[in-house]
Amino acid sequence: MNRPFVHPYIPNTAPDVRAEMLDTVGAASVEDFYADVPADLRLGRDLDLPEPLVAEQDLARHVSGLLARNVPTTERLSFLGQGTYHHHVPAVVDEVIGRSEFLTAYAGEPYEDHGRFQALWQYQSLMGELLSMDVVNVPTYDGFQATATGLAMAGRITGRRRVLVASDVLPAKLSKVRDYVRVHLDLEFVDPVEGTADVAAIVARLGDDVAAIWVETPSRTGAVEHRLQALADAAHAVGAILVVGTDPVGYGVLTPPAEQGADIVCGDIQSLGLHQWYGGAHGGFIAVHDDPRFVMEMPSRLFGLATTDVPGEVGFGDVAYDRTSFAHREEGKEWVGTAAALWGIAAGVHLALMGPQGMRELGEVLLARTAYAQRALGAIPGIRLTDRAVHLREFAIDVAGAGLTASGIVTALRAEGIEPGVPAGEHELVVCVTETTSQADIDRLAAAVTGLVAASAAEAASTLDPIAEPEEHRA
Amino acid sequence: MSLPIAPKPAHRRFHQARWDEPVIFELSTPGERGVLVTSIEPGVRDAVGDVVAALPDGLARQAAPALPEMGQMRVLKHYLRLSQENLGADFNVDVGQGTCTMKYAPKVNERLIATPKLSAMHPLQDPADAQGALEIIWRTERMLAEISGMDEVSLHTQGGSAAIWANIAMIRAYHEANGDGEQRREVITTIFSHPSNAAAAKAAGYDVITLHPDADGYPDLAALKRALSPRTAAIMVTNPEDTGIYNPAIREWVDAAHAVGALASYDQANANGILGITRARDAGFDVCHFNVHKTFGTPHGSGGPGTGANAVSAALAPFLPGPRVVREGDRYEVREAGPQSIGAIGPFHGVVPNIVRAYAWMMALGAEGLRAVAETAVLNNNYLMKRILEIPGASAPYATGRRRIEQVRYSWQELFEETGITSEEIGIRASDFGMHYWTSHHPYVVPQPFTLEPTESYSKAELDEYADVLAEIAREARETPEVVRTAPHHQTVHHTHHDDLDDPERWAVTWRAYRRKYPQAVGA
Amino acid sequence: MIGLIVNPVAGIGGPAGLAGSDGTDVQRRAGERGARPRAAERAATALAVVASARPDERIVTAAGPMGADAVRAAGLEPIVVWHPRTPTSPSDTTAAARALADVGVELLLFAGGDGTARDVAAGLPPTAVALGIPAGVKMYSPVFAIGPSAAGALAAAWLDERGLPTVEREVLDVDEAQLRRARVEPRLYATVRVPYRAGRTQARKAATPADERAAVRLAARGAVARMRPGVRYLLGPGGTMADVARELGVEATPLGVDVVLDGRVLVAGASEQELLDEIGRGPAQAVVSIIGGQGFLLGRGNQQLSARVVEALGDDPLLVVAPEQKLIDLEGRPLLVDTGDASVDARLAGFVRVVTGPSTISIYPVHAPENEGAADHAA
Repeated sequence: MNRPFVHPYIPNTAPDVRAEMLDTVGAASVEDFYADVPADLRLGRDLDLPEPLVAEQDLARHVSGLLARNVPTTERLSFLGQGTYHHHVPAVVDEVIGRSEFLTAYAGEPYEDHGRFQALWQYQSLMGELLSMDVVNVPTYDGFQATATGLAMAGRITGRRRVLVASDVLPAKLSKVRDYVRVHLDLEFVDPVEGTADVAAIVARLGDDVAAIWVETPSRTGAVEHRLQALADAAHAVGAILVVGTDPVGYGVLTPPAEQGADIVCGDIQSLGLHQWYGGAHGGFIAVHDDPRFVMEMPSRLFGLATTDVPGEVGFGDVAYDRTSFAHREEGKEWVGTAAALWGIAAGVHLALMGPQGMRELGEVLLARTAYAQRALGAIPGIRLTDRAVHLREFAIDVAGAGLTASGIVTALRAEGIEPGVPAGEHELVVCVTETTSQADIDRLAAAVTGLVAASAAEAASTLDPIAEPEEHRA
Repeated sequence: MSLPIAPKPAHRRFHQARWDEPVIFELSTPGERGVLVTSIEPGVRDAVGDVVAALPDGLARQAAPALPEMGQMRVLKHYLRLSQENLGADFNVDVGQGTCTMKYAPKVNERLIATPKLSAMHPLQDPADAQGALEIIWRTERMLAEISGMDEVSLHTQGGSAAIWANIAMIRAYHEANGDGEQRREVITTIFSHPSNAAAAKAAGYDVITLHPDADGYPDLAALKRALSPRTAAIMVTNPEDTGIYNPAIREWVDAAHAVGALASYDQANANGILGITRARDAGFDVCHFNVHKTFGTPHGSGGPGTGANAVSAALAPFLPGPRVVREGDRYEVREAGPQSIGAIGPFHGVVPNIVRAYAWMMALGAEGLRAVAETAVLNNNYLMKRILEIPGASAPYATGRRRIEQVRYSWQELFEETGITSEEIGIRASDFGMHYWTSHHPYVVPQPFTLEPTESYSKAELDEYADVLAEIAREARETPEVVRTAPHHQTVHHTHHDDLDDPERWAVTWRAYRRKYPQAVGA
Repeated sequence: MIGLIVNPVAGIGGPAGLAGSDGTDVQRRAGERGARPRAAERAATALAVVASARPDERIVTAAGPMGADAVRAAGLEPIVVWHPRTPTSPSDTTAAARALADVGVELLLFAGGDGTARDVAAGLPPTAVALGIPAGVKMYSPVFAIGPSAAGALAAAWLDERGLPTVEREVLDVDEAQLRRARVEPRLYATVRVPYRAGRTQARKAATPADERAAVRLAARGAVARMRPGVRYLLGPGGTMADVARELGVEATPLGVDVVLDGRVLVAGASEQELLDEIGRGPAQAVVSIIGGQGFLLGRGNQQLSARVVEALGDDPLLVVAPEQKLIDLEGRPLLVDTGDASVDARLAGFVRVVTGPSTISIYPVHAPENEGAADHAA
């Protein structure tokens, strides 16, 4: 340990400087500054923490050593999704968000942080093009929060409590939404049919006390909702709002929900230029039409274009800075705080690189690979697809007919270096493919599952069925 | 003869980059490509056919999204130019964002996380393949448990306000579990606590009672006692408050809350000056949260991602959000949230890259280092306060003559009365010197406020430079007020007109909206 | 377009120790004591700020010492639309205000004190916007900028931004004869709209209403949410109360006290006796806000809510409603009650719950200044 304690992160631990500063402020020691902290609240001992690694090389070795125990998806064959997806991240995206100017800035103003305002306004605009909507927020935490807020907005706008949930929702997302809105909203589940909304059942449940229909597309199992317009029409007929939770990755090729009557579109931007980060890189978008009733209920910041004193100069500022002056509802607008701005900048760079053609190609690759994987796995005896909907990236297989369990498949294939998917119940496995999953990868998964099914069938054949066997024949 | 070079002038001749960069849509050139996508293999195409043509009616997008078309280097150049028009903490004496704790985010940590061993990890992988990530999460939680004195910690949330939401969600679940949910409808906070405490409590369905400080700026215990009742669910307070004043009666506050059956929730956004000095549990709190991106040295990312840490007593541990990381022998496992848990706040384990950064930051410092962080942050703050209060027209309302912890909410009210120049205008002028500051949360309890928080990261010379710049601007406000009023002069942009931003007919949140509302400006 | 009215004699009585400057007699005596009116000088200071931002701005005003002199002193050109008699009188101020409003002045600056504010308000249409340049002796009315330069800065911002948000504020004034007998009891004479400046560029970190009008509406809505059927509510005067009335869907009597039961007005502009009669008919509560800049709940501008009325209201006499900003504007000073009855005031002193919104309240201290040092009261 260095004595006296001088730390590279803390310049004023230099003893002479410290002494000079104490002298300047007329303090005998730093103890003077803590006069308001009562003696009986003082810790009075050193914190019990691990011995520090003050030399940078020692720290690097320790942390890298811990991380070295991870085996990433680049070293495994991964079919994992369920909220976090493995898409290709262009190098330019990481280059831009790695810049100190963006990485280490925070809550500056449009004047000295003009770049951030423009980058985030562009993110809003690029998302707006993708979603065909005129208003998109500066990102909130993640798609869970975005959807929870979108539903809360619907409640505030309509003054109603009932929400009809039309799709299968990720359990963790549902858990968040439920706890977030439960004081204000009651969720009612209408079971999907063949993976997508049961429109007739929803229409039957609609009334003038319904705040919103909540659709997730792609659903928990990757099913793409194809009757949004019918749901929108039914909702609007009773003054309810259509809230669509979605992943924007497919809208280079799929019709965006806004063009099918959606009022509030929300979701996660992790698929747009963010690495998986062990589930630690998410951002939430909320998009609405340019209607003050909706805009005024948005808690997040919204950046807008502005003129300056110089003709032709592009300026920015906060739109609807006071989000309550038009408000007709008494509820506050939740809150706004540190959320996911850097990820928003990344998603913007990603969309700019992809362009219309790139997003279209990506959507097509995803649809094609998903369909191919469905065929490959669905063709295995005893394995069936759970529904006939169009799927994007994810789909579920039912493995009961093969005498297998979902967790059994996971355990068995992990031994072969494959993460085959995520169990959703005893016999259901949700499989995910992206543009990073090649035909060969899918074939390898299908072969491995085929092997398991064969082994399971062989095992079943070699085991005498105790029920089918008459009692007197037992030894 | 030109050498030697003349000495530098008193104030830095700063100028921010000004690229006069158009919005990206104006840079589009049809046909250019920024990045190409992998092709569909012939085998796949043969098997599935034309997937787009096969889509159900109405599902195939008709008009392509009007994203820009640009070559790769053009996209890069555009965004790098924008980055140069941004003033990150790595560039300036970033002491002007009080409550934000703008400290040095060590570069070694950026290097350490930039590995597929972290970035290419999927959260649902076999825990056996994620032992490194899980161990770091677990160890970080245990360190924060020691720092707070609490029993259990979760790093699940993505920012300070999300952590505050988790606090109130746990409090709500706790009272409901005790059959007290209907009765306890009120949450008490103070006007100098972070407003997200009130906002999150309101979002959770509570009525909010706000306490004003006593005449000296200290939290008013008599007002608290008047507010507490069997209807109180919790007190939610920041300490030290955003004024930098530590509440010496904080233990009495917590005891008074407990006496009526309420819980005490501690917003430790301002913990930087008390690390290793005093702990939430020592004051009797039931739950607290840290802003990891502030106190524990992760970069702020232009406004996130952050990380919140929620620390709770054993009584509240069952209510923590999930999933949780648990240690079994020398292995680390993932446990789904238990039956009493408030469930997920966000996806999976929170902002893992930030957790690893914070872990590395704490491991670089240790107990002695964290104490040095606190003591130096407080020394820096009191030193800067002395320098600021020497500026005619600047004051630090409340607690006159007393020390502050890690930040101070100052006031330019005297200067404003004399010159009509507002704090906001002074802050904008400061950007001409490569600095900036933030005024205050709303409402402005301190008139013409500015809030400075030096943290431990800035040298004495930098603090002097910052104070010198403010003194210079105060002089300008008296002698050449137009220079201040018409600022910025050395910035990327000039004085911005914001009247369009509040009018639904005129605002433009996206390029789409701009094109629709101002067709004459963008041609066809 | 900016207008200016200067009360040439405002403030003359203050330094002379005459507690105000109303009346020619006081003005003459102040002059004899060597006092000089400060209003013109302060108006020029305010306009100098406008001039430095907009050297070509024309200011609409009255002739000579009532404005044009000050405009020229600030280096700007006046547009004179009113010629006063000499010496000027309060009716000149009122007439000048009306004349300036008639030619389309959007923001009227006036230099003076409470008396000037009262005279200006008398000449203005209800939608007009005015702002005081503090130059008087008495300034109980919260219609004044904090200083002349601050007033000028607001005016400059008004021109820059083509208008600013406004909020309704009370004009109070004291009967000076009474003031010189050492009992201050300002009365409420009018309300005017004053401009204010919300912070603009700041990163908002919390969704709280920055907009004062919205805040007043929220507070009013909070008061209405707490009203119970079958209770008579005595709505006091003031801008916040007008909003409460609006929320209830009834018409408030400007400057008066109305009795409302279940959304109907029982008595409009009630006298003290009518209030006592109504209280006698069933449960009742007075709804009050903070009147003026001093923080008074009772005893200033709402004298109808007298000690007898408060006593008759029983254990929980007051529903206090105000936007948080009004508490903040007190800069830490307590709320005040002065009903003229020490025991009633003592009962009200302590802490009060102030309704600030549908689900928000603030706890704030209440003092009885007339009681300070009085004998201990029974608990």
